[in-house]
Amino acid sequence: MAVYKRNYKPYEGILTPNWSRFLVPARYALETLFQSRLLIAFLVGSCMMPIFAGAVIYLHHNLSALTMLQIRPEHLLPIDGDFFAAYLSFQGALAFLFTAYAGPGLISPDLSNSALPLYLCRPISRTEYVLSKMAVLCIPLSCITWIPGLFLFSMQAGLQGQGWGWDHIHWAWALFAGSWLWIGMLSLLAMSLSAWVRWKLAASALLFGVFFISSALGAMVNEALDTRAGNILSLGYVIGMIWAKMFQLPPRSTLFGDMFNIRRGDEVPEYMAWLVVAMLCGACILLLNRRLRAREVVS
Amino acid sequence: MPPVIELDNLEVRLGARTILKKLNGSLSGRAIGLLGPNGAGKSTLINTLLGFFAPLSGTARIFGKDIRTDARALRRLIGYMPENDSFIADMTAVRFVRMMAELSGLPPDEALERTHEAFYYVGLGEARYRNLGTYSLGMKQMAKLAQAIAHGPKLLFLDEPTNGLDPAARVRMIKLIREIRETRDIHLMISSHLLRDVEECCEEVLILKDGQIAAYCDLEKERRSNLNFIELETMGIESVFANAIERLGCDFADLGQGRFKMVLTDGVTVSDLYRLAAEKDVQIRRLNHRHDSLEHIFLKAMEAPANHGSV
Repeated sequence: MAVYKRNYKPYEGILTPNWSRFLVPARYALETLFQSRLLIAFLVGSCMMPIFAGAVIYLHHNLSALTMLQIRPEHLLPIDGDFFAAYLSFQGALAFLFTAYAGPGLISPDLSNSALPLYLCRPISRTEYVLSKMAVLCIPLSCITWIPGLFLFSMQAGLQGQGWGWDHIHWAWALFAGSWLWIGMLSLLAMSLSAWVRWKLAASALLFGVFFISSALGAMVNEALDTRAGNILSLGYVIGMIWAKMFQLPPRSTLFGDMFNIRRGDEVPEYMAWLVVAMLCGACILLLNRRLRAREVVS
Repeated sequence: MPPVIELDNLEVRLGARTILKKLNGSLSGRAIGLLGPNGAGKSTLINTLLGFFAPLSGTARIFGKDIRTDARALRRLIGYMPENDSFIADMTAVRFVRMMAELSGLPPDEALERTHEAFYYVGLGEARYRNLGTYSLGMKQMAKLAQAIAHGPKLLFLDEPTNGLDPAARVRMIKLIREIRETRDIHLMISSHLLRDVEECCEEVLILKDGQIAAYCDLEKERRSNLNFIELETMGIESVFANAIERLGCDFADLGQGRFKMVLTDGVTVSDLYRLAAEKDVQIRRLNHRHDSLEHIFLKAMEAPANHGSV
């Protein structure tokens, strides 16, 4: 189809491998996403906590710096499971804000402009389309959560030495798995809500609503029935419970426990927390499966 | 010519309704028209061939590949221009079409090059860096055509390509479609409710009615037979001229008052008739080729009961 000839010619050149097709929408969406200065500023801002945590770890192992800054070692936060769990909760909150801003814009424009038939008439499946859009969230969210988290863990392990890293490997696992659980849940929620309402702003509002309304609902059930079982309705509490178990934190008032309002005797069974997360993710996948179709069938 | 599209007992149900009812047939034309009244199943057939709807039973093959089992390989070969607006409004046209070409398997550089070419080809070269949302309806149609051809498909589905176009834009679109057809490197399937568009662009026409094949028409053959079928009005001695026509070996019917209907046999041309008339001192006052237009064929198909037809 050369311009100078002004006629149509089929393409007979090389083709990209099949597996790489799902990266195409992700690449374009990431390009669009990073055109926002606000978002870049936010991502830079989200490095503050890892830098602060890194500084704390460094000071723990540098007495001369502590002396110079006139800080007593006992005034520093202890480097333990609670430290890493608190780090994950803080970064998790930032990940939530990032998702609320960027997530709904990934699918809703395609749906509101009826662009799905153009994607799906090409060699890309609906699953690949969803994975592609999920990757757009997973990459920056990983940069906020588990990648710096594991870097901090490695830093502490390196500075401490004496097998500290191996002895506390479950914290590294908790940072990694806990982050992915949160990233997966947030991505699915953001995409399914935007597929449902097809309006970016409304989907962002709904994402906030899901967390805050569920917490309020849980608190109401607790008050009305004088029970703690209502906590199971609070998604924030549920994810906090799962993280606490992953970090093997004792049920006591800790920095992490305070952040998630987890107190002794409040805990819901771990399997219930997992069940809630599984049901939520299942519902999101069902919603996506129902909404993400090239053509809707009106019965 | 090997078949482009084969329908093998294709049955499609959407919700509680059976939309396509056991379609059978084989289409091999370079440009296939798909006609039918609203609700006949034209779009459902295209959507099924694209893999958007799963057949309830039966199947279809495109270039010999089964739409059920080889959908992914098939989609590499297909271009699709949907009827409705279908793009991302806040994306520049060139970026959107490049993304679509990359999704079809083109490497980024080739995709960009062919995207530029496609935009120049459809006449949007100067507007290709504008956001698609700012395009007029006619420009959007052309942009849809550009995304459908940028990756160089072997089969192009055009769903109502002239929808909403003004007469000048319609002529331009038809010209482009005919040009694409004439390159011989691509097959086209055009769904339209405008008989004139189909007549101007297609060689074969499949007419659907209530999810069944109501008629199949090879327009090329029809055009050729139309050329051989002649209506004459003469002045002079009728019987003399009738005998002369008979000696030429042409089938004819004498309608009286100097009017004849006849089919020219091979080797006999219209100039032979004029020569014969001059010899017999008969004036030919009127000579018409039969023009059994697509409209006649369509209306006839709509009146006749659907035949669960095979092509």
